[in-house]
This record gives sequence, C-alpha cells and structure tokens, in this order.
Amino acid sequence: MTITGTAAPAIGVPVTDRTRNEKRLGWKLTAPAVIVMLAVTAYPMLNALYLSLFSYRLTDPAAREFIGLRNYGVVLSDGLWWQTVFTTVIITVVTVAVELLIGFGFAMVMHRIIFGRKVVRTSILIPYGIITVVSAFAWRYAFALDSGFINTWFNLGDFAWFSERWSSLVAICLSEIWKTTPFMSLLLLAGLAQVPEDLQEAAKVDGATWRQRLTRVTLPNMKGAILVAVLFRTLDAYRLFDNVFVMTAGAQKTETVSFLAYRQMISRTALGLGSAVSVLLFLSVVAIAALFIKGFKVDLSSVRGR
Amino acid sequence: MNSRRSLGQRIGTYGGPVLVIFWTLFPVVWILSLSFKPESGINNQKFLPDSWTLENYRTVFNTPLFTSALRNSIFISLIATVLSVMIATVAAYAIARLEFPGKRLILSLALAIAMFPAVSLVGPLFDIWRSIGLYDTWLGLIIPYMSFTLPLSIWTLSAFFREIPWEMEQAAQIDGATPWQAFRKVIVPLAAPGVFTAAILAFFFAWNDFVFGISLTSTDAARPVPAALAFFTGASQFQRPAAAISAAAVVVTIPVVVLVLLFQRRIVAGLTAGAVKG
Repeated sequence: MTITGTAAPAIGVPVTDRTRNEKRLGWKLTAPAVIVMLAVTAYPMLNALYLSLFSYRLTDPAAREFIGLRNYGVVLSDGLWWQTVFTTVIITVVTVAVELLIGFGFAMVMHRIIFGRKVVRTSILIPYGIITVVSAFAWRYAFALDSGFINTWFNLGDFAWFSERWSSLVAICLSEIWKTTPFMSLLLLAGLAQVPEDLQEAAKVDGATWRQRLTRVTLPNMKGAILVAVLFRTLDAYRLFDNVFVMTAGAQKTETVSFLAYRQMISRTALGLGSAVSVLLFLSVVAIAALFIKGFKVDLSSVRGR
Repeated sequence: MNSRRSLGQRIGTYGGPVLVIFWTLFPVVWILSLSFKPESGINNQKFLPDSWTLENYRTVFNTPLFTSALRNSIFISLIATVLSVMIATVAAYAIARLEFPGKRLILSLALAIAMFPAVSLVGPLFDIWRSIGLYDTWLGLIIPYMSFTLPLSIWTLSAFFREIPWEMEQAAQIDGATPWQAFRKVIVPLAAPGVFTAAILAFFFAWNDFVFGISLTSTDAARPVPAALAFFTGASQFQRPAAAISAAAVVVTIPVVVLVLLFQRRIVAGLTAGAVKG
C-alpha cells in the first residue's frame, strides 16, 4: 500500500527517517506471528533432524547413542518404507485426479447454476467443515460387514472390504475424496469466474462446440487456479493420516508415510528412527512443493503477460 | 432435436445441483441415521433404522470421556482461534499497509507452514512438551493450533486488508473525527468481515485437528473430540460403539453446520482469497 503521506518531507523530516520507522513498525507488528509460526515448526524440525542421528528410544533413554546417518540407512533399505511411499503416492494420485474431475464438474454446476444457488453453495461447505475423523467413521460403517449398507445395496453378499488391500484403499480414498472435493471445487469456481465471458461468447459466435470452448477457452484461462488447487490438494493428500488411522489403522498394507512416522514415534516411542521417517516425509513434501512451484513461476508470468 | 436439447439442458439445470447436494449430504444423513439406530438394530445393514431411538445421545452425554472432550475441543479451539486471529490481524495490517523488507519472506513462510506435514512435528513436540510440562494440557494444543492457523489467517486477512479504502480514515479525520474515532467508526466495520472469515477458518482447522490431538494428549484433561472419538469404546466393554460414536459425531458436526449456514459467503471468500491471488 502506498503511503498517502501527510506530506512528511515537506515539513522537513528526512524520508529515510520515515521509512526507517515504517520498517521498524512493520517488523514489530509481524514479529509475534513469525515467532509463533517458527516456534512450533522450525525448532521441532531441527530437533527432529538432530534426534534422527541417534539411536534413541524413549523407553530406554540411557542407551541413547549417536549413530550418524544410520537411521536413514535403516529406513531407506526397508521394504516397509517403500511400501508406505507407494501406498501414499497411489492414494495421492487417485484422490487428486478424481477430485479434480468431480470438483471441476461441481464448479461448472455452481458457476452456471440458476435454481438453488444458495442451497448448493451452502451444502458444498458441509463436507469441508466436517471433522475428517467423522467422515472416516461414516464411510467405515458404510462399508463394514456388520453395520454397512453398501454390500446390501450393491448385492455384494458378505464381501469384507477391510480384509484386503485394494478394497481398503478404495474406502479410504472415497472418504478423502468426499471430504475434500468441495474445497477443490471452490478453488476451481474462483478460477472459472476469472475466465473472460466475452471470450466465451466470441468462441460461441465463431461456432466453437461446447468441447472446443472447454479445451481452448475455459481450461487455458484457468490454468493458474487449477495448478493452485492441485498443489494444495496434493500436499494435503500426501500427508493423509486421519482416514487411515480410523478406517484400517494401517492394516492390509494401507499404511501411509504420515502413519508410519506416527507409529514409530508415538506408539513405538522410537524417537530416533521415527525422526528419520519424519525428516524424510518433510523432504518429500518440500520436493513436491518445489516441483509445483517451479512449474508455477512459468505459469504466473504467462498469466501476467496475457 | 430442439426439444431433446432443452430436455438435456433441463437435466443439467436441475440434475447438477441435485447431484451436488446429494454428494455433500449423503454421508451426513447416513451418520445421522446410524445415530438413531438402537443398539440391537445397528447391524440391520440398511441405510435407515428399523426403529428409532435417542438412547445413543443419552449414552454419549453420560460418557465423561465425551463430555470432557467436547469441553476441551470447544475451549481449545476458541482460545486458539482468538489468539491466532489477533496476531494475524496485526501482522496482516503491517503486510497490507507498510513497506518493509522481509514482507514477501513472511508470506512465503506462511505458505510453507501451511504445507508443512504436521505429523513430522509430533515426535519432537511430544518430547519437548513432556520436558517443559505442556504435554496433555490445553496450552500444549493451543500453541500448535495457533501456528498452523496463522498462515491461512495472514493470507486471508492481508488479501482482505488490501481492498479496504484506507483513505476513508483520513477523510473522517478531516471531517473532525479523532484518530481513534476514525479507526473505530470507519476501519473496524470495514475490516470486521475479513477478521471474522479468518476466525471461522481457523476454528474449523482447530476443531478438525486429529494428529496433534492424539499425539500430545493422553487423558481427558486435554483430549479433544476427534481424538476421543477414535478411542471411544462405548458405555461398556461389550457394547458396540458404532451407534454411540455416530451420535457423538452428529453432536460435533452441529456447530460446523450452523457456522456454515450462517456464514456461507464469508467462508467461500476466505477459502479462495489467498489461493487465487497467491
């Protein structure tokens, strides 16, 4: 924001003084936020980095011993780690892809809606607001052998969804998709609103089909919004934890990276090994973000150049 | 041909919205239906109960684990929200109105923290909290909730504050208002909706959190609802907890639905503010 200026320089106060004061005030006002944000993230993360270099179990603190990078060696050479990474990547790719499709459909509905506009826009927020654990329970009970109705509805007899890996993952993904598609669709709706209406009209006049308008006009113009939505959701999905905890507790090879880190640290109290998993989780999230943001920069500049 | 098309359009006009509403409400109605099923009829494997009962609600409100969790959740979430929004408002004001080095860095930091995998922190936090006595306390959850709600609040609020016509403050002062009056009568009413939006989103985050809730608490002294639900076993060991958990789930969903119904437009504005501009 520009300083609308009570004409400070005219009175004779040097500009530098004013900017210096502004600088100080800016730092003072933002300091509490920065401190609180860093206190719970940067320091514990450094702490995790440090702990990951030790063989350290909470149940046996006396045996704590510096072992360098050996924890990382243990994790990275363990098939379990790669299995959880694989599971996490599958869940991430499937949920984000499905959410993008359904979310786009919902965004189109909300964009062009004539009847029930307010009702739809209100109801779309309900899954967003509902506690993930509640969503996980709802879907777990829906699929469960004893209380579920899904087998009855689809005539599946006594198919035990949670006794097998892929069907468990289907249930987990469904709960995740249900809960987070609204968020995706709201971001996409905001993107749709930015597509210039006159471009659409011009394409229509030129005889473009619905499909051509979608691929040539709508999608290219909301690329930015799509990327932001996909980035946010990818990072979110990669951290998936609540649904796995409630629905399978990691059974049937449904463990995600987050769940593995939690189990090592809190349940097994293996702080050293668990910290190594945490650091690796953190690094993979950073890698995904970096990958996206590098792509973003290109797109943001192209948006500006338009 | 023409009539077929209008039929298709009509399906699009009505079918789309109906589909969206079905999607959003279906699991909610299901958990509501479960919560009304009696203990004996929970396994009827049907969507709706054969007979209806309020027994499950009586059970959960007579379960100290749940009532204390409800109390913990409400107070922890509210306190974290208020503190977080206060700090974020001040920071966002500075970001929107002042010129100082490090501004972009703070926004980037906020974005980075919004993407931070919370689970990778619970181990160290567990360790640190135990050594400084914050483990299993309200404050032990309030602090991480503040850190993780600050980014969204700062982004929402600074986007919002940029749109405020600040020169109105000066106009009021020229018209004879004191600086305090100008701030209170002109700026506060303009800024309030943004602050409110940030507060709702922060509250949703704290209310929804599970990772910190299960890792940093061990008793009903601080255990919040999502964590309590996951460890809920019902009134007796032999009782199936599905019905009681459903009732508890419905109870904790009510505040969310009420907030959504009251503040729908503001929530949407807040959710998309940072994302589209950022």
